[in-house]
Amino acid sequence: MRGKRISLWVALGLLVGALSVVAAGCGGGDSESSSDWQVEGLGSTIDEIQANAKNEGQVNMVIWAGYADKSWADAFTQQTGCKVSTKDGASSDDMVDLMATGAYDGVSASGDATLRLIAKGDVAPVNFDLIPNYADVYEGLKGQSYNTVDGVGYGVPHGRGPNLMVWSNDAIPADNDTWAPIWPGTDYKGKLSIYDNQIFIADAALYLKATQPDLNITNPYELDDDQFNAAVDLLKQQRPNIGEYWDGATYAKQVTSFKSGEAVVGTTWPYQVNLMAAEKPPLNVTAKVPKEGTTGWSDTWMIASKAAHPNCMYLWMNYIISPEANAKVAEYFGEAPSNAKACDVTSNPNHCEDYHADDEAYWDNVYYWDTPQADCGDDRGEVCKTYEDWRTAWTEIKG
Amino acid sequence: MTSVSSDVEPPPRGGPGRRLSTFFFSHSRARLGGLLALPLGWMLVIYLGSLFLLLLASFWDTEPFTSDVVRNWNLDNYRRLFEEPVYRNVAFRTISMAVYVTVADAVLAFPLAYYMARVASPRSRNLLVVAVLTPLWASYLVKAYVWRTMLGEEGIINWLLAPFGLDGPGYTTAGLWLAFTYLWLPFMILPIYAGLERIPSSLLEASADLGGRSVRTFFKVTLPLAFPAVVAGSIFTFSLTLGDYILPGLIADEQFIGTVIYTDRGTNLPVAAAFAMVPIAVMVVYLWGARRLGAFESL
Repeated sequence: MRGKRISLWVALGLLVGALSVVAAGCGGGDSESSSDWQVEGLGSTIDEIQANAKNEGQVNMVIWAGYADKSWADAFTQQTGCKVSTKDGASSDDMVDLMATGAYDGVSASGDATLRLIAKGDVAPVNFDLIPNYADVYEGLKGQSYNTVDGVGYGVPHGRGPNLMVWSNDAIPADNDTWAPIWPGTDYKGKLSIYDNQIFIADAALYLKATQPDLNITNPYELDDDQFNAAVDLLKQQRPNIGEYWDGATYAKQVTSFKSGEAVVGTTWPYQVNLMAAEKPPLNVTAKVPKEGTTGWSDTWMIASKAAHPNCMYLWMNYIISPEANAKVAEYFGEAPSNAKACDVTSNPNHCEDYHADDEAYWDNVYYWDTPQADCGDDRGEVCKTYEDWRTAWTEIKG
Repeated sequence: MTSVSSDVEPPPRGGPGRRLSTFFFSHSRARLGGLLALPLGWMLVIYLGSLFLLLLASFWDTEPFTSDVVRNWNLDNYRRLFEEPVYRNVAFRTISMAVYVTVADAVLAFPLAYYMARVASPRSRNLLVVAVLTPLWASYLVKAYVWRTMLGEEGIINWLLAPFGLDGPGYTTAGLWLAFTYLWLPFMILPIYAGLERIPSSLLEASADLGGRSVRTFFKVTLPLAFPAVVAGSIFTFSLTLGDYILPGLIADEQFIGTVIYTDRGTNLPVAAAFAMVPIAVMVVYLWGARRLGAFESL
C-alpha cells in the first residue's frame, strides 16, 4: 500500500519535471535583432562565392511550382556544383511558414509574403554588387514596396504575371470577356475551381470595384469595413458553387478537374494553362484576363537570413535572372521575365510582347498580391482590414 | 557436468559489467529506474510533453502582421471557438461525420465478423482474416487517392450508376462518408471478430437448451456479450475520423476539424492549438463512456 503511494508520487514528480523541461525549452531564445546582419559564410566577392559554393554543393529552396524545373536547374548544377532541392509552397502563407523552419536557403516569394518574411527577420538584405545580372532587371521591378524596405533591397525580382480566368469552351463561349461566370447569378453550381487562400478576397474586391462603383474600392488589398464586408458577402454567395479549391501544392488537381469536366470555370495561373495545353489532346479551354482586370504577382527571390548554403543561393539568384534561365522559367510558367535581355532568347520570339514584359501601363491594372494592413495607405487612415482579418474571414467563408 | 559446475562457480570479481550487475541486484529501485527511464522519458517528454505544449500554445496570441506567436496569456482563442459560428459548425460537422462513419462501419462489420467467428470453416475464416487485413497493409495515401479517382466525375462510381440515371456523390461530404467507412472498416471488424470468438459456445447451447430460438439467442446472449467489442471498434473508427485531414482535403467540399487546423497551423498557431483541444476533449469523453461500457476489456 505504502509502496504504491510512493510510486504514484514518483510518477507525478517525473511528470512535472518532464513538463517543466519542455516548457523551459520552448521559452525565450528568439529575441535576435533583425536589422543589420550579414548572411554568415557568404563570400565577399563573386570569385569567393563561386569557390565557397563548390564546398556547399547544394541549395534548398521554397518555390512556386515550376520555378526550378530540371530543364534549367540542371544547367545551374553543372555550372556551379550546387545541387538544387525544392519544395513547392501551397500558398504565400505556406511559404512564410516553411521559411520560419530555417531549413531553407531561399524562397521565391510573392508580394503577400515578402513583407512578412522581412518583418520576421527570416530573410536577409541582398548585396546587388554580387549579382551581376541585376543590372539588366526592368527598372519598374526594382525598389518596389514589396521588395524594398527603407531603401534596403531584400531580393531579386523574378518576374510577374496575372491570375487568369479559365473556362471550358463547351460551357462558356471562347470570346467571353467578364469574370461574371465565377460570381453568383450564373449557373455553374459545383463546377467552380477557385484558389484556396484569403488573398482571393482581393479578386472579389476587384470584381466589386468594377461592378459596384459606389463602394469606392481603389485598391483590392486596402479594404475598409464596408468594402471588405461586401467582398466577403460576395464570396459567401459564391461558396455553394465551388466544386473544388486548388492551391500551389494541388494545382495538378485543377488540371485533372478540367479534363474530367468536374470544373468548367475558375481562376488559374498561366502555369496550369500551359499544362492543360500540353495534355493529349489539349484541353478545350480559354484563359485570359477579363475586362474587370485581375490580381497577379510579382515575385522576388530572397535569401534566408540563416541560410546554410548562402553562396549557392547567391549564385542561384544571379542565375535565375540570367537571360537564358529567366527566359526559360518565364515561358515554362507563363509569365513576364524580369530581365529585359531574356526577351531576346525566348523560344517564342513574341513571348515578351504577349506577356507585356515592359508594358508598365498594362501592369497598372494587374494588382500584385500584397499584404493587407491596417494603414489603408490613403487619407482613410488606419481603418483597413488587416491580414489577420482576411485570414479569419476566409475560414468563415469556407464554412 | 563440467559446464554445470562452471555455472555455479563464483563470478570473477572486479569486471565493470559484473559490478554494475551486482549494484542493480542489490538496488531494486535503481533496477526499475534503469528499465523504465527510456520508455517513460519518451512517453513523458515526447508524447505528453508535446500535448502539453499544444495546450500552452492555445493560450497564446499571434502578432497580427507576421503571425508570429506571442506569449501573451489569454483565453481569446477559446472565446473565438465559441463565438464564431464557423468553428462550432465545423466541429459539429466533424463529430457527426465520425458518428455516421462509426454506425455504418458497425452495421457492415458485425455480420461479416459474425460469419468469420461463428459460421465459417477454419480455412475460409483464415482467408477472410487475410482479406480484411490486406487493405490495412496498403498505404493510406494510395487508398485515399483511389477513392478520389473512384468518386470523380468519370470515376467508376458514376459509371456504375449511369445506367440507372443516377449520379454519384462526387467530392462531397457524402462521398467522404463512403471513403471513411471503407478506410476504417477493418478497425471495426477485427475487435468484433475477436469479441465474438471469445463467447463460449456453451452459452449459446445453454440458450438453445432453454428454448431460445436463434434470433432470441442473438439478441439476448450474443449481442450483449459482443457489444463491448463493438464499442472497442468504434473507438478506432470514431477517433480516426475525428482527426483525419488528408481525406477531407482530397474529397470533401466542406471544412473539417483537421483541415481547419491544417490551414490555421501556419497562420494562427494558437487558434489551431485551441481547436485541436476539441477532438481531444471529445475523445476523453468518448473513452470514458467506452470504459463504462466495458470496451477496454475487449481491446
